[in-house]
Amino acid sequence: MDVDQIRMALGGNRRSLARTLTNIENGTVTIQQIRSLLGENEPSDKSNAWGSLAITGAPGVGKSCLIDKLLKIWAQQGNRVALLAIDPSSPRTGGALLGDRVRITSIDNEAIKNQIYIRSIATRKSSGSVPLIVADMIEFLHMAKWDKVVVETVGSGQSEVRCAAIADRIVVIEGPARGDGVQAEKAGLLELADAVIVNKSDLPGASKHAEELLESFELGLGDVPPVILTSALNEIGVNEAAKVLIHLADSGRSVRARWRERLLAHNERKILESPKLEEILASLAVGSISIDEAVRTLSGE
Amino acid sequence: MASNIRIVIAKPGLDGHDRGAKVVARTLRDAGHEVIYTGLRRTAKQIVETVRDEDARFLGLSSLSGAHNHLFPRVCELLVEEGLSDVIVFGGGIIPEDDRPALHDCGIRAIFGPGTPTDEILEFIQTAYSMENIGVGGDGNWNWQSTA
Repeated sequence: MDVDQIRMALGGNRRSLARTLTNIENGTVTIQQIRSLLGENEPSDKSNAWGSLAITGAPGVGKSCLIDKLLKIWAQQGNRVALLAIDPSSPRTGGALLGDRVRITSIDNEAIKNQIYIRSIATRKSSGSVPLIVADMIEFLHMAKWDKVVVETVGSGQSEVRCAAIADRIVVIEGPARGDGVQAEKAGLLELADAVIVNKSDLPGASKHAEELLESFELGLGDVPPVILTSALNEIGVNEAAKVLIHLADSGRSVRARWRERLLAHNERKILESPKLEEILASLAVGSISIDEAVRTLSGE
Repeated sequence: MASNIRIVIAKPGLDGHDRGAKVVARTLRDAGHEVIYTGLRRTAKQIVETVRDEDARFLGLSSLSGAHNHLFPRVCELLVEEGLSDVIVFGGGIIPEDDRPALHDCGIRAIFGPGTPTDEILEFIQTAYSMENIGVGGDGNWNWQSTA
């Protein structure tokens, strides 16, 4: 463990911050080691304000574009905002093309760029939209006084809820004309959302979609999450969205589901990090063991 | 073979031609690396800040505008100033043979012209990855002999 590197990162050196995040991501240093170095305990999420916010939604609804505008507004208000932008790794080669920075221009703004940190992350072996190691990276960013961490997830569909496992709040971005009213009734990611933004409000169908979502939420259990119309391109509704999101309360709708996902994610991580994995996959491929035996071996029974 | 190497591919200056940069980015991705693409028309400073924040091991600069003699050395200079001397820099695009020695002197370890086989770029990355002191601020006197 490079103690000087960690101390420099915590002291505000961005190079050291970036390097330490790489080390956490690669597993050459663990968050537990850093905690004990600093004499800190595992953080408890008792606070009402969020430290991490997952922003998710289907590809092309305008996540990056909207996030860019939100970063700008929050940084101008004096927040230190970090963005972890996640893109998929190729399951075949393990490589990744991380292109979210292309759309983020707020970091080029001289007046606020010291208050914004952007890091691109590949999903690597993880099957979900957010690799679990991101939780540890968020914790280190918090230690380095990056109080607000936004996680942009891989463009995801309805059933993709693994992002719930790591962030304090979940915001779902929708676009206009995303199917009829029945789509809004389907179970999935929307049930976990602490807020929903319908972006591209300048296009037809956006306000109708927002109404359908609201209707659907009102029929359901618990508090109705805010549904906000924005046009990131034309900067309409973005200020309002920034205001609502920065103070976004935990809707309480997703607590159990969140723990369910965290549990599953930890279990998955255990399997993927098991030293026996390759051997077991090879055995499975030639049919020398059954899947039940494989599960038993992996869980150490 | 090393994989998962973090590599920034950047387009400095006023140059809208990014086919080459995209082909290289794609090749590196398919070889298992994590490639961060900056998009078009970046300043030297923006590129260096991206390399710093993304903790990239390599930086690939692409230019087809003819301004490489101005832009590439500036990027190298800023990298060293920012304490990123260990980042390995390579370049590509329309870079005449006569211009290359001066760019190598700035710490750029390889320059790939049009027609370079993509495998050659991968070979360069693997070779350079295992070498010492060949970052942009390193004193290693090694350059890749490119075929195009």
